[in-house]
Amino acid sequence: MTASLGSAALALAFLAALCAVGMALVGARDERRWVDASRRAVYALCALLTVCVVLIEIAFLSDDFSLSVVQEHSSIETPTFYKLAAMWSSQEGSLLLWAWVLSIASSVALFATRDKLREIVPYATAVLAGVASFFTGLLLFGKGVDPFATLSPVPVDGIGLTPLLQHPSMMIHPPMLYTGYVAFTIPFAFAVGALAARRLDAAWIRATRRFALIAWAFLGFGLLLGARWSYTELGWGGYWAWDPVENAALMPWLTGTAFLHSIMVQEKRGMLKVWNASLIVATFSLALLGTFLVRSGVLQSIHAFGDSTVGPYILGLIAVVLIGSAALIVSRLDDLRSERRLDSLASREAVFLVNNLLLVALTATIFWGTFFPLISELFTGEKASLAAPWFDQYTTPLAVLLVLFAGIGPLLAWRRVSWASARRVFLVPAAVAAAVGVALLLFSDVADSPWALALFLFAAFALTGLTQEFWRGAAARRRLRGESMPVALGAIVSRNRRRYGGYIVHAGIVVLLVGVAASSSFQTKRDLELTPGESAVVEGRTITYERPTVSVDERALTFGAVLGVEQGGERYELRPNRRYFRPTGVQGGTISSFFSGEATSEVGLKAGAGSDLWTAVEPDLAAVKRRVRAADRGFKACIGGEPGTPPQCEAISRLMRAAAADPSLIPVASAQINQLQAITAERLARSYLADGAPATFRVIVDPLVTWIWIGALIALTGAVIAIWPARRSRRAPAADTELEALKEAKYREIRDAELDHAAGKLSDEDYALLDAELRREAVEILDREPV
Amino acid sequence: MDPARKRTIRLVVALSVAVLLAVGLVYTSFSASTEAKEPSQLLSATPGTSYEMTGRVVRGSIRRDGDGIRFQVADRDGGGQRLPVTYTGTIPDPFRGGREIILTGTVESGTFVGEPDTLITKCPSKFTTENSGK
Repeated sequence: MTASLGSAALALAFLAALCAVGMALVGARDERRWVDASRRAVYALCALLTVCVVLIEIAFLSDDFSLSVVQEHSSIETPTFYKLAAMWSSQEGSLLLWAWVLSIASSVALFATRDKLREIVPYATAVLAGVASFFTGLLLFGKGVDPFATLSPVPVDGIGLTPLLQHPSMMIHPPMLYTGYVAFTIPFAFAVGALAARRLDAAWIRATRRFALIAWAFLGFGLLLGARWSYTELGWGGYWAWDPVENAALMPWLTGTAFLHSIMVQEKRGMLKVWNASLIVATFSLALLGTFLVRSGVLQSIHAFGDSTVGPYILGLIAVVLIGSAALIVSRLDDLRSERRLDSLASREAVFLVNNLLLVALTATIFWGTFFPLISELFTGEKASLAAPWFDQYTTPLAVLLVLFAGIGPLLAWRRVSWASARRVFLVPAAVAAAVGVALLLFSDVADSPWALALFLFAAFALTGLTQEFWRGAAARRRLRGESMPVALGAIVSRNRRRYGGYIVHAGIVVLLVGVAASSSFQTKRDLELTPGESAVVEGRTITYERPTVSVDERALTFGAVLGVEQGGERYELRPNRRYFRPTGVQGGTISSFFSGEATSEVGLKAGAGSDLWTAVEPDLAAVKRRVRAADRGFKACIGGEPGTPPQCEAISRLMRAAAADPSLIPVASAQINQLQAITAERLARSYLADGAPATFRVIVDPLVTWIWIGALIALTGAVIAIWPARRSRRAPAADTELEALKEAKYREIRDAELDHAAGKLSDEDYALLDAELRREAVEILDREPV
Repeated sequence: MDPARKRTIRLVVALSVAVLLAVGLVYTSFSASTEAKEPSQLLSATPGTSYEMTGRVVRGSIRRDGDGIRFQVADRDGGGQRLPVTYTGTIPDPFRGGREIILTGTVESGTFVGEPDTLITKCPSKFTTENSGK
């Protein structure tokens, strides 16, 4: 029932997407009716895919094992929370999620632009629906990825979601990344639309900037969750490994960052048009590449989830996107000429250009490193790969330079800055950076790591510069309005969300990179073997293995340790442990099987502003496992009713003999045996407590690592502020909205210049010149207004 | 200086930097990379050369050995001759018999000696099911 309903909805969704493409292309010849129809077809697509997703989720929740996707990724015992998340742990489910999120984002984008960008929207709709028809088509016709494939006969239970994925992050990490990937389709589609329609001013950028920012924020948040997951769960204490799939998500994020900066240059100055179009094509292609990499198995990765049949199709789509876009850009080169030239290297747009080049260089480096195994196979016939140190060697200097320019950019005004005003705004940040440098050299051993030192200096410069921006902006407003400082601060932020939101993002990323630099350069890692009662000293912390712990629940046996930590008079306990999950979906039939399922580490973590103490434990279960094997032998003898076994065995062996004669008794017998084995396993597990066996502890003291998470949250807050829509004071008539947007943008530029002048970034002469220029441009726009 | 010339100079500088970076990338990547091999290819490998080995851990072959572990690996498809491995350092959670691993190290008298903390165990197939225990 579910299966046929779902397949029908999916097929209809595919048709709706195809119709949308066709109608949009007809509508491109100025047939409004067809454009409206194509938009409605996209809404229908969204509704149909929602039906598919809801049907699958219901199947997961109700343990409908007739669907193979449910049987393979869930089981009766899987907790409800993870049943909901199990959909995207499957190949077909994650592709469906891709298509679904795309249909939602497309609907929202097309709804928002329903009365705008008449020339661009039809082509953009065609691209969006084209991508959607690709993914729905893949689900319909691809081999082995039908989300509604059925099993017959219907199994009683499923295999279950692997315990490694049973972590709260599973609920949000993949959907966040997908949303990030998918949302980049919107600016890409509108860029293609603008190119096709030759409407190459900044209108498409104004319409989709927010989507690019949302995509950027989601992708970044997804990456952060992955890093945090790895840090707390995988038992190796790191948060980034330059793993191909991590890199695949980082690359579109980096080019997306570049795009968000360079579109401002196009919006304000009419420059970098080819660059922006190329950047968004690259970003979207990299997002597709990320989707492809996870599924292809072409590169060795911890995330390589097996080979699959859909890889070549996605590769084909990437090829179509790249070739098509390149042809489109080349054919429009005449229309893409810059409206202006760079006025001066001492201007914000020049710094943006530098930061763009750095980000693209970073992406190119990571791309090369990630795909090096394929490149080297091509040239030398041998697959060879590059490890983390190679990546660090290039990414470190580039990241350090990025921090420097992230600090300089906000201090410069658009167009040009005179030497005198530059000196005025650079003075305090440079002085603070110098002071921090001296203090670090005198009181710490940071000098051992020159790159880290440089990063700290530039970070001090950037953070001071940003604080100064807020301070001066608020002070200027206070002078004008006589408000108190906090009120003035709130007012400038809420009236200039893009600007100050962006600054907050900068501050967050700088803080994050400080955390990365400190924790990667000055980490202490020790492996200790301790018996209960023994102590060791790591970085001034006395760590005592107080006692072993064992706990048993329905799903896992957990062996842990209580660690007493004493540090400068402060005492606390950490409880790292290791959980051995019972195999699900298959009956092991032995007590050993209770100990041989999937194992996961729970980290004992004491987070602090200065440093984290991170501990993981590897219990020595050799003695326990010896006893388990002995028990298994005993059990076998017992079931066989062999001589010399205890009297209780009599009952069991009788039951087994009865079951052999009467197959209807088999479930009863195996349930009873299973129960007995579970009790034995539990008792044997508890014997670990009396063993006094040594355990191996990995202890890591990670300085400033907490600031990675704090920095990321600051950046996310900034992004939310920048995304948040400004309150509309008046509704402009629908037909004029595009012109309105242009006017709004120009007014904002005038306001920005005012703010820059008030904050001391522009000297009086510079400001007078700039203001006159901007007002002239504003008048030109007003002249265009239809009467 | 006239603006056109200034622009040309900027372009040349930017392109030179890009070319330098590219040359650096190409040069260092070929010298810093480690060859990836499967266990059966490593049986006859040059001693002392560092390799990245990808293989499948033979079920039931994992033994504790002092500070570390020793086990055997077979080719990813499960075939080929088995290669003994010794390793000390962090053992990732998913590591167990039957799993695919990636390990960097050298071959010393017929045994693959892994570098500490380079063991990567692939996530047990998120997208395809591996029936553990069968």
